Amino acid sequence: MSAYLDHAATTPMLPAAVDAFVESARRVGNASSLHTAGRAARKVIEESRERIAGALGARPSEVVFTSGGTESDNLAVKGTWAARRDEDPARVRVVTSGIEHHAVLDPVEYLVERRGATVTWLEPDRCGHTAVEDLRAALEEADDVAVVSVMWANNEVGTVQPVAELAAVAREHGVPFHTDAIQALSHLDVRFEESGADLMSVTAHKVGGPVGVGALLARRDARLVPQLHGGGQERQVRSGTLDVAGVHAFAVALEQTVATRDVEAKRVLTLRDRLVEGALALDLGITVSGCWRAGDGVGRLPGNAHLLVPGCEGDSLLYLLDAAGVECSTGSACQAGVPQPSHVLLAMGYGEKEARGALRLTLGHTSTDADVDAVLAALPGVVERARRAGGIA
Amino acid sequence: MRVVAAMSGGVDSAVAAARMIDAGHDVVGVHLALSRSAATLRESARGCCTIEDAGDARRVADRLGIPFYVWDLAERFERDVVEDFVAEYAAGRTPNPCLRCNETIKFAGLLDKAVALGFDAVATGHYAQVLDGPDGRELHRAVDPAKDQSYVLGVLDEAQLARAFFPLGDTVKSDVRDEAAARGLSVAKKPDSHDICFVADGDTRGYLTRRLGEQRGELVDAVSGEVVGEHAGAYGFTVGQRRGLGVDRSRLDGEPRYVVEVDAPRNRVVIGTADLLGVDVLDGEHLRWCGPVPDGEVAVGAQVRAHGEEVPATARVSGDTVAVRLARRLRGVAPGQSVVLYQGTRVLGSATVTGTRRAA
Repeated sequence: MSAYLDHAATTPMLPAAVDAFVESARRVGNASSLHTAGRAARKVIEESRERIAGALGARPSEVVFTSGGTESDNLAVKGTWAARRDEDPARVRVVTSGIEHHAVLDPVEYLVERRGATVTWLEPDRCGHTAVEDLRAALEEADDVAVVSVMWANNEVGTVQPVAELAAVAREHGVPFHTDAIQALSHLDVRFEESGADLMSVTAHKVGGPVGVGALLARRDARLVPQLHGGGQERQVRSGTLDVAGVHAFAVALEQTVATRDVEAKRVLTLRDRLVEGALALDLGITVSGCWRAGDGVGRLPGNAHLLVPGCEGDSLLYLLDAAGVECSTGSACQAGVPQPSHVLLAMGYGEKEARGALRLTLGHTSTDADVDAVLAALPGVVERARRAGGIA
Repeated sequence: MRVVAAMSGGVDSAVAAARMIDAGHDVVGVHLALSRSAATLRESARGCCTIEDAGDARRVADRLGIPFYVWDLAERFERDVVEDFVAEYAAGRTPNPCLRCNETIKFAGLLDKAVALGFDAVATGHYAQVLDGPDGRELHRAVDPAKDQSYVLGVLDEAQLARAFFPLGDTVKSDVRDEAAARGLSVAKKPDSHDICFVADGDTRGYLTRRLGEQRGELVDAVSGEVVGEHAGAYGFTVGQRRGLGVDRSRLDGEPRYVVEVDAPRNRVVIGTADLLGVDVLDGEHLRWCGPVPDGEVAVGAQVRAHGEEVPATARVSGDTVAVRLARRLRGVAPGQSVVLYQGTRVLGSATVTGTRRAA
């Protein structure tokens, strides 16, 4: 039996979400069609929109369905940047942090390289925190900022950002604020309106829904230039036939996740702390990246254990743990098979060498004590072997 | 045994992995990432460098039902193979990077890492045979003479050979393709890789120019010492080369001209007629023995390029060097090339040619 400890990559679908998906997938109907089947599909979409808005403290009209997190981030960053620059051609600056997911970083780099954008990087501290004063300074220094984007919680090391304070500073300066809340959704109290953000990316498959559906929450006054052109299905901002089954399952999964979130976060936090304390006690020189305190599920995601194993290559650790039945990751799962030192760790001030032995263990709704036991039992042998291989390549 | 099957994404390594599984081994597929910028999707794969190759290897592993990983040896490959390749050319020599790769990457970087992680051996899709002899394992030519790759494995020492498997050595290539098709492997019809994997377009001189910059120099006649033309960098030439000299043959005597010497320190390329090219003594160093070190003077067959002919010779080892006396003259042997020594079908070892001459 294997221990699945890669919930930050994707988490198993909740049974109720699978049922909802199958139920809707069995029925025909394009939500934009005007006949009976179309209206039935539209009803599912709009009910789901209301449920998702309710679960996230947003208005239904603020939910723009997308194909997932990457599309939501692209639309938020590129769409806002283009709209703001259209209003004022001098407004070309993006303010963002160096530890964003590639779905934000790469659009920013695209805007810089191909569209004439400039960028102010907010440097995180050793924990991965972005300081509110840094954002304030950046916005006071530049009067050409089109958009600010800072993630709610980091996908690799789990650092939680002071989103509400950051959003308030952006608002003071009249600059739209986007946050990628994808990793935060499963265990933190994510509420769109309360956060003060103008735009927020979410996705279904991190909360027990299917891969391939997500949403961008956008305040009604948020101006966005579409990035996909076509039928204009979603607020004339996002085109494409709506995914009825996916959206339905997303709503069910999110509702259930939110309903059990507080209890689940505590449960997962206990497991996470046992895992980290156990790993540190193995006397293998393992450290926790960023800042970890037992019982802290506020500054760091409750389900995130990110370990640094000196003298080891991440890919050796990964192989050996996989062979021992432990499924985890070295960082984000998005590299094309070739391990690269994590840009997040590098931005936090770690050296390339330290960053190489990174191990991300992330817990979620199916995690148990047995999973933690499996990791702790496997680690000594795995680290010893990986260390022997470490000096070689 | 626990075996790493090195999977390039080609048909040979795919069938090699399948055969290791059939033989009862516990096999894990590993694709070597040898380039940091692997973001290319080229139509015709050349053996190591594309995302498509990694994807093909992954699909074969899926089909065979074995775990599959990509191991990043790009840094080491750049240092031990690519930089060595460029430095050798810059020094006026003609290296064979495939030998270096087998010596330092596949049967060192990869093998050492595999052993450290608990594996016993590495299997590849090379066409060569490992046979049990009276004194241990011996490296032999493949049964398919057209595909035989024992030459590029002539750098393996006994310890490396002890942990090497070449499951295709007893089979001809066409049968390997048929077998791949019969096993339902998607790569059955994939074209063979050739050329140098990191020289994407096969243009070695262009690659070297990008790495080393243009260095204009003189083209000199071997007999008269006269300057007969110019070139853009001596590193772009190899002894025995005829094409691309850029000399007006009518200005000479109508005879074809060849590179007879690359004088790197002076950035000069010396050309001459074919009769100047024949040599019958090869001096070598960087000796690598696939078994016991030959004692005194031994009768061997000598081969100086991957698909070149084998020439009868005698080899005399003294310390760290070897002198190979050929039974007849060979044309166009360049310093930097490897001379691989055979006895019958068995590979004894290899040396890197440091100089060539004619026996007195």
